[in-house]
Amino acid sequence: MKLGKVIGRVVSTQKVESFEGLKLLLVQQVDENLDIVGDPIVVVDTIQAGVGNLIYYETSKEAGRVLETIMNPCDAAIMGIVDELFVKDQK
Amino acid sequence: MILGKVIGNVVSTIMAPGYESKKLLLIQPIDPGGKPKGKSFLAIDAVQAGVGDIVITLDEGNSARAILNEPNSMTVKLVVAGIVDEVSL
Repeated sequence: MKLGKVIGRVVSTQKVESFEGLKLLLVQQVDENLDIVGDPIVVVDTIQAGVGNLIYYETSKEAGRVLETIMNPCDAAIMGIVDELFVKDQK
Repeated sequence: MILGKVIGNVVSTIMAPGYESKKLLLIQPIDPGGKPKGKSFLAIDAVQAGVGDIVITLDEGNSARAILNEPNSMTVKLVVAGIVDEVSL
């Protein structure tokens, strides 16, 4: 799993059948110091996260398992909202 | 499997089904000499590891579910599967 910040919403009308009724969010990956890593991605949300939330998300085929049909085509899904992040000072 | 060091943990109350009562650790991959290498990631803990421990982490869904004894419907890929006592080269 990776840490990410929700930076926006994605609305789509024409989409594949399996994506109907799903909420899509734009997520920017961040590292343990909350610095930006790479480019934002579109992620399926089943736990009702909102813009501004720090979340953790899973990528790859495994992400589809949060949906009702296990073999759903989905390659990124939010797994939880971070309440607190503890990082040991590495200096 | 990935050699890494536990550098922190995450507290979360709103989460996907199956994640309740699981401990989430922040892992920094390291090379065999102990130097940080690559980006950090989050993994579910199965061996009661703590911050500062060197651990081995599995990066495969079916193996992770087998270790955690979870049904097929749970989304999980990364799981801490062991605490490293010593690496000799």
